[in-house]
Amino acid sequence: MATILRNVDLSVAAGESVGLFGANGAGKTTLLRVIGTLLRPSSGRALVLGADLDGWERFDIRPRLGLIGHTPALYPELSLLANLEFSARITGAPIEEAGRALEAVGLGAAAQRLAGEASFGMQRRVEFAREIMLSPDLLLLDEPHSALDPSAVELVEHIVAGVLERSGAVVLASHDVDRVASMVTRTAELTGGSLDA
Amino acid sequence: MPDRFWHQTAAIARRDLDRERRSGEVAWITIPFGAIALLLVPLAVGINQDVLSRIGTGMLFVVVMLFGVLTAVRRTNMETPAQRDAIALLGVDPVAEFAGKAMASAVLLLVFEVLMGVVALTLYGLDISEWGWMTLVLPLTAIGLAELGTISGAIATSINAGPALVPLLVTPLAIPLLLGATQTVELGRDGGNLSWLLLMAAVVLSLAIVGVLTARPLQETR
Repeated sequence: MATILRNVDLSVAAGESVGLFGANGAGKTTLLRVIGTLLRPSSGRALVLGADLDGWERFDIRPRLGLIGHTPALYPELSLLANLEFSARITGAPIEEAGRALEAVGLGAAAQRLAGEASFGMQRRVEFAREIMLSPDLLLLDEPHSALDPSAVELVEHIVAGVLERSGAVVLASHDVDRVASMVTRTAELTGGSLDA
Repeated sequence: MPDRFWHQTAAIARRDLDRERRSGEVAWITIPFGAIALLLVPLAVGINQDVLSRIGTGMLFVVVMLFGVLTAVRRTNMETPAQRDAIALLGVDPVAEFAGKAMASAVLLLVFEVLMGVVALTLYGLDISEWGWMTLVLPLTAIGLAELGTISGAIATSINAGPALVPLLVTPLAIPLLLGATQTVELGRDGGNLSWLLLMAAVVLSLAIVGVLTARPLQETR
């Protein structure tokens, strides 16, 4: 098995937004997936929201995490609204919040459009709507600006600001330092699997 | 069981059924395919009513098993890695995910079984008065195949084997269900035989236990 990351030492405090930079293949997505409890580190210790990622408690913190990855995770056969309502039903959030969240990202009029017929940019907006609805304590964003128009870029900034206002934290991975500079309080660079914070 | 578990189970089942309703795969592809498969047998063996009535029940369950395999393969292809990650991060209880998926598959299978049952009754000249046991056999077959398909799909995904592995897992393990279903109905004509029905119930219960016990590790390794 190949080693993707080694000697990574990163701590993120509440109210902090960390920009994770690095070239393609540097390990940004892998690190986000480790923080997001989706990959277990083969050695070392990782604590996220107080939970040791090597223990069972990592499952308990998952509803407090938000992750927007490269590929939208919507169900193409369901409408944009139905996709959000599904997330609401799973997490126990009020169903009516789904419609409000869609309005908040400017997709109120497209609520009944099938996700499979929506553009990539619209699908990303729905994912942002999901994070607005679920209010995660730790938001992980992987290349959040890809395929977004300028108004959607403002939306990302708004969502990040919202998480920080609630004393949450954000880790944002990007290869474009300039585009995310205004959203982060600190930066760290991944080079060859090592982190230079 | 806490309310949250049942809400999650219902949400997963509803999602899968909504997706099937929109894609129309069962209504427009699988049901006609099943009906044609049942139609081909009389064409192949000849229209001998005695022969047809003897093999009718068995043919019905062979077609049902094939559909069960198709459903399982479809299930394995239905979710992208990003969707699986999203589900995990929503905090879905893996057992609720297993139960919800199996429930949706069981509903689809039951609808398929009933429709194919009508086709088999018509084409094979079967006597519906001898099908009393079907009220128990059809749901047990549907639930058993649904559980088997859901577990097999999860195994195939977790070891990154792709859907090709699913029929290899489902088909041999479905044999006790298939045997139980045909024998219960056949022997039911002579006054009933509870042992085959109990075998089916035991298989369904065993698969449910396996599904519950493997749900967490399979969700984690996929």
